[in-house]
Amino acid sequence: MKIKQLSVFLENRKGRLYEVCLILGQAGINIRALTIAETETFGVLRMVVDKPAAAVESFRRHSITANLTDVVAVEVPDTPGGLAGVLKILTEHDLNVEYMYGFVEKFSENALLVFRFDEPDRAYQVLTSAGVNVIGEHDIEGL
Amino acid sequence: MIWNEPIETMPPEDLKNLQSERLVSLVRYVYERCPLYKKKFDEIGVLPSDIKGIEDITQLPFTTKMDMRDSYPWGLFSRPRTDLVEIHVSSGTTGNPTLVGYTRDDIRLWGEVMARALCCAGAERDDTIQIAYGYGLFTGGLGFHYGAMEMGLTIIPISSGQTKRQIKIMQDIQPRILACTPSYCLYMVDAAKEMGIDPRSSSWQIAVLGAEPWSEAMCHEIEQAWDLLATDIYGLSEICGPGVAQECPYKSGLHLCSDVFYPEVIDPETGRPVPEGQDGELVITTLTKQGVPMIRYRTRDIVSMTHEPCRCGRTSPRTSKIKGRTDDMIVVRGINVFPSQIEHVLLGIEGTHPHYQIVIDRKEHKLDEVEIVVEVDETIFSDEIKRMHAIEQKIKKEIESVLSIGVNVRLVEPKTIARSEGKAQRVIDKRQL
Repeated sequence: MKIKQLSVFLENRKGRLYEVCLILGQAGINIRALTIAETETFGVLRMVVDKPAAAVESFRRHSITANLTDVVAVEVPDTPGGLAGVLKILTEHDLNVEYMYGFVEKFSENALLVFRFDEPDRAYQVLTSAGVNVIGEHDIEGL
Repeated sequence: MIWNEPIETMPPEDLKNLQSERLVSLVRYVYERCPLYKKKFDEIGVLPSDIKGIEDITQLPFTTKMDMRDSYPWGLFSRPRTDLVEIHVSSGTTGNPTLVGYTRDDIRLWGEVMARALCCAGAERDDTIQIAYGYGLFTGGLGFHYGAMEMGLTIIPISSGQTKRQIKIMQDIQPRILACTPSYCLYMVDAAKEMGIDPRSSSWQIAVLGAEPWSEAMCHEIEQAWDLLATDIYGLSEICGPGVAQECPYKSGLHLCSDVFYPEVIDPETGRPVPEGQDGELVITTLTKQGVPMIRYRTRDIVSMTHEPCRCGRTSPRTSKIKGRTDDMIVVRGINVFPSQIEHVLLGIEGTHPHYQIVIDRKEHKLDEVEIVVEVDETIFSDEIKRMHAIEQKIKKEIESVLSIGVNVRLVEPKTIARSEGKAQRVIDKRQL
């Protein structure tokens, strides 16, 4: 199952990240995972939140450009070689990872990672048939 | 030295008679040869026989850049392509570029007025000239080339760019005359210093600078930096290119070749002439051109004009430096830029209509820098940096190919560009012109 990632366009300006987080806070939206990709002049804030559609709506009201992207959240054993094991499956199936990042919280005893694929549907199929646990929206709300 | 003394010092009455004769035959010429002019004359009921002298010129309709665009490419031509020896193209306001063509006589005319301009600036027959205007479709380089050829100067056709090489060639060949845009002239100061050369020791004694607006302050700065005489030249490709008017060493305006380019200064709103000395839009009629004659061409440049005699002895009218524009055209590194061109490109990308702003700056005597600021909306936003870079590059490349100058693109958040009364200010010009 795929989940929605919330992506936000941000200029490299002092205090901008704070403003964005404040909007989410005021809307009662909780951040589960996040990462920032930065360039010289702008950045893209990528997050997994508990209410993605509501988050986009609040950003739109504040004239902040945001959208939702399909990503795959994968449970990875929190042991040496855990991530390598997952990546091995992806490599064998010729699946390219655009980027990835980790959740703040652990999921049971495992680490939880977010993967952005070009082909999220195929990635989901490959991972689940290899026995990897892919987390759904529902599981995230419960975190 | 005055290049064409009989013409350039002609008594005003004789000059008027010459202009009258030329206008009468010009009107007949375009009426017979150019269907677009015939149509424009017919629409307001003017016949060639109504035009008996230069004072009747106000009966004729104006010609605008829009006419050139709408009749692109050949609509305003009065001669078939086989009669043309050269074509120049400049970017138009949107879509179609502006195309002009020269017959052999038109090129001779261009050489003649450019020779007058070079002499007016102070050039002598045994001089060497370094032409650092761009050669090619831009009229700057070749216009100077034809004038210098006509005069018999020694030409260094180095074209624009390659700044260190410009300085080296200047040092080795010792030309006395330099021709380029004023901003490039200033830009070369730092380059010379970086090479350990004192700019004030340069061989250049006269600079003929134009193709972009520049202030008295900038002129003073250039003269101080290089220890030379900096003179202003005016022209536009629709009329012929550089050579329409030129400043003499007395610097009391630009002498306009009114025997071939008849000037009027009008109120841009009413189209009526303004009293001498007042600001208005310069309108030019090319009295002797064959390929693409212009009848009352609206230059959109704001100037004032005087017929008072000049100490140099020339009797031609003099215009002020360009004081502004009646449209939103901006000049960047000698290239004309219309905001609508940029809008057109942005519209073509992803079919969106993003808010944008053009910021022009000239940092510490460097060349003009153009930054296109584009607000990122949901249609062009992607969570992937590589896609955002691809959009940035696409905007950059397409704008550069339309404008023929380098630009930087900066992506910003929505509502970052200030809007006044809902309308965004499209151009921020930070240059001290």
